[in-house]
Amino acid sequence: MKYLSEYRDADQVRRAAEAIRAATTRPWYIMEVCGGQTHSILRFALDRMLPESLTLIHGPGCPVCVTPVEVLDRALALAARPEVIFCSFGDMLRVPGSRGDLFAVKSAGGDVRVVYSPMDAVELARRHPDREVVFFGVGFETTAPTNAMAVLQAARLGLKNFSLLAAHVLVPPAIRAVLASPQCRVQGFLAAGHVCTITGTSEYLPIAAEQRVPIVVTGFEPLDLLQGILMCVRQLESGRHEVEIQYTRSVRPEGNPAALRAMAEVFQTVSRPWRGIGVIPDSGLGLRPQFAQFDAERRFDLSGITAVESSECRAGEVLQGLIRPHQCPAFADRCTPQHPLGAPMVSAEGACAAYYRYRRSS
Amino acid sequence: MDFSMQCPVPFSQYSTVQLAHGGGGRLMRELIEGLFRAAFAGNADQASQNEPRSPRPLEAAHDSAVIEPGAGPLAFTTDSFVVSPLFFPGGDIGCLAVFGTVNDLAMAGAKPLALSAAFIIEEGFPFDQLQRVVESMARAAATAGVRIVTGDTKVVDRGKGDGLFITTSGVGRVPPGAAIHPSRVAAGDQVIISGDVGRHGLAIMSVRQGLEFETELQSDCAPLNGLVEAMLAAAVDPQDIHCLRDLTRGGLAAAANEIAQDAAVGMVLHETEIPVCAAVRAACELLGLDPLYAANEGRLMALVAPRSAPAVLAAMKSHPAGADARLIGTVSAEHPGVVELLGPYGPGRILDLLSGEQMPRIC
Repeated sequence: MKYLSEYRDADQVRRAAEAIRAATTRPWYIMEVCGGQTHSILRFALDRMLPESLTLIHGPGCPVCVTPVEVLDRALALAARPEVIFCSFGDMLRVPGSRGDLFAVKSAGGDVRVVYSPMDAVELARRHPDREVVFFGVGFETTAPTNAMAVLQAARLGLKNFSLLAAHVLVPPAIRAVLASPQCRVQGFLAAGHVCTITGTSEYLPIAAEQRVPIVVTGFEPLDLLQGILMCVRQLESGRHEVEIQYTRSVRPEGNPAALRAMAEVFQTVSRPWRGIGVIPDSGLGLRPQFAQFDAERRFDLSGITAVESSECRAGEVLQGLIRPHQCPAFADRCTPQHPLGAPMVSAEGACAAYYRYRRSS
Repeated sequence: MDFSMQCPVPFSQYSTVQLAHGGGGRLMRELIEGLFRAAFAGNADQASQNEPRSPRPLEAAHDSAVIEPGAGPLAFTTDSFVVSPLFFPGGDIGCLAVFGTVNDLAMAGAKPLALSAAFIIEEGFPFDQLQRVVESMARAAATAGVRIVTGDTKVVDRGKGDGLFITTSGVGRVPPGAAIHPSRVAAGDQVIISGDVGRHGLAIMSVRQGLEFETELQSDCAPLNGLVEAMLAAAVDPQDIHCLRDLTRGGLAAAANEIAQDAAVGMVLHETEIPVCAAVRAACELLGLDPLYAANEGRLMALVAPRSAPAVLAAMKSHPAGADARLIGTVSAEHPGVVELLGPYGPGRILDLLSGEQMPRIC
């Protein structure tokens, strides 16, 4: 398959792993930011092909994992309202809030629908003018442009019954937060290729320069990841700290101008709480005041809904790379995909779920 | 055989199913006589020539069909079909309901003798669709060499069903020598699958409302009883076929895990040996799904004693339902209950059961 099989070619992957072993002379800690990268690494057991002195730390780039319990509780409350058709991407349905998940709301009679694009939710709103259609806008800079387009489309159609429960988060502030932790061991980053396809690399240049860390924008296939790691190791070994692009078949330094325009038109930067990490300033996107009628938080009064996170869940430390999933005392014991204490155990991209699914016995 | 030629349309007075069609009166009789019996009578005479003691189709004036199964143990199974949409690329709920039960019988090594079919129809369901489904069942039964001998029809109020649900049950005769059960799986057994995986699950998903992408993907919906017969015949001893499992809900991963847990053995599978067609692979990549967890309706996994594995594999490859059969792994005594998947680059990972249905990812 074009653009896939060639990036999984066994000979090339082995050669790339060999090149990393040859280039690595000292211990290094590299964080792959994106949960999709974490899953590829564990699914293809790429970390087991690396030299022992090279440690991969799994970062906070799973949108499902970092969505706070409070936001989930608001989603659950909205989905339970009889006038609401609550639309979400599939993997949010099993994420536990304080009391159950969206599946539970659905079985109790809530109208919860899995959609594959926010445009499907706009279409539902158009077809059901007597219902309130709410789309759960979760995700990084990858999903924000299409959600912005959905709001613009709803405005264009003059829809009065479509709104977005926006919980968008941004990658560069999260990288800064990871680096600001006093326990941080991360010396280099693999940035998320799909996020940078949208945003370009401009926001990463000051981070690399100020914090003196190499950042390599990397793809998701085995060969992408090993090439990204090799580029990062080479920078570390030679004392460089630049922003480089491994994922050149998708990423341009300037990003996708049309997507960025749509985002800028609809959203503004806001401070957001991250599950397990806390509030990170200017780390999220919220709807601009002129789109307030499409903002579910304002359309429905949700301010009374607050939540406390499980004290036993150490998702915050996992998401910041301070511990590995299996080092959490609850891992695979009191916390499993059937009974998750925190989102990283439930999301397909969550580091805990990836360890549970692929590494439980080791 | 073309059953559509034999189907009269006595219910032409209505274009949709009415509550009265399940009410026990004249309309119900018309429905049973005009549609079900007409369709399911078709394949009886031809099949009964080689099966002197086989049942007669849809016994008219009786509450039960009477069958004389002959000597030996019987296999008995039931399954309900609620697939949405009812018609999908490569099949429909009708052929699925027949093949699903035929395949469950075949997984016990049984030769299917007779099926029952119960229909729960929502009021207002279009007759032309019901006719298409029933004709498809008749064709499927003829393909699998089995008869539908008894049935039931219920019509529920509009809004109380999703168009059409079908439950089929089946009995089959287990041939002498066959002893197929997870408890017989032993270390050293060879793991064989009958073809590429994931087609049915992805074909269904590709046509579900809200998901639009162009694909040539077709369900693998097919009967497996002929294939199993060929496998039993090819084995050095039929008892060498230790376990069979059709790879339906949960796909290859669920079947492998169930067998590993039931038999308390470990299983080591080679990912690169598991065939996945390009269209399934592409759709899975787009949706963030794993083809090893996707449903199939015409694929089986066999655990076979090593001495019979080459002959069984060869017999499968020369049968149309197993043309793409592969040896994909072995059973081990280590790590009981765990399925390990060796990746393309050597190191392995656990192939675990999912906690629920696979859900498409955000990004």
